[in-house]
Amino acid sequence: MKNRLKVLRAERSWSQQDLADRLEVSRQSVNAIETGKYDPSLPLAFRIAETFDMSIEEIFSKD
Amino acid sequence: MGCKSNTQAQRAYIRRMGIAMTAYLVSLFSGEYLVSRELVAGPVVWLLGLLPGLAIIGAFYAIAKLITETQDEFIRMLIVRQTLVATGVALSAATIWGFLENFELVPHVDAYWVAILWFLGFGIGALSNRITYGAWGQLR
Repeated sequence: MKNRLKVLRAERSWSQQDLADRLEVSRQSVNAIETGKYDPSLPLAFRIAETFDMSIEEIFSKD
Repeated sequence: MGCKSNTQAQRAYIRRMGIAMTAYLVSLFSGEYLVSRELVAGPVVWLLGLLPGLAIIGAFYAIAKLITETQDEFIRMLIVRQTLVATGVALSAATIWGFLENFELVPHVDAYWVAILWFLGFGIGALSNRITYGAWGQLR
């Protein structure tokens, strides 16, 4: 699964730790999701979408 | 939920593992001392023989609780992965050794070595996580 986390973070000048704090997960989790090593669960994907005030489909897409 | 809870889960893990390892060392050395000097006999020897194993079960319990109490799903997945690697290493080694021993190709090894191998596998699992996912899994 591809995602736009890195771009969306950069647009807001958030570090991985900033986003991790907002999502209440570890920085390693954000890094793993951002680099495509880990696909988040649906609840976490919803939290990510809410954090960016976007829909899941606007952030994540199939390969 | 979140990082704070993860830290709490990891602190609880360290505390539980510390208690289990202390109990293991105390029970092992006190048992060895008392039994080797024949200061105890009968059912007490059974009890002393059981205690180190029970302490190791405490270490397994600490890991199980770490899995259930870790809120971060990615970190939890890494710990579960670590335990799967550990279980695979320990069971594979025990099975291979058991058959080799059956054909008298290798000497007898005490069964508690399976638990030691499991913890070795737990370390290999952490290394595997680092290589595959870029994170060690626990205590980060």
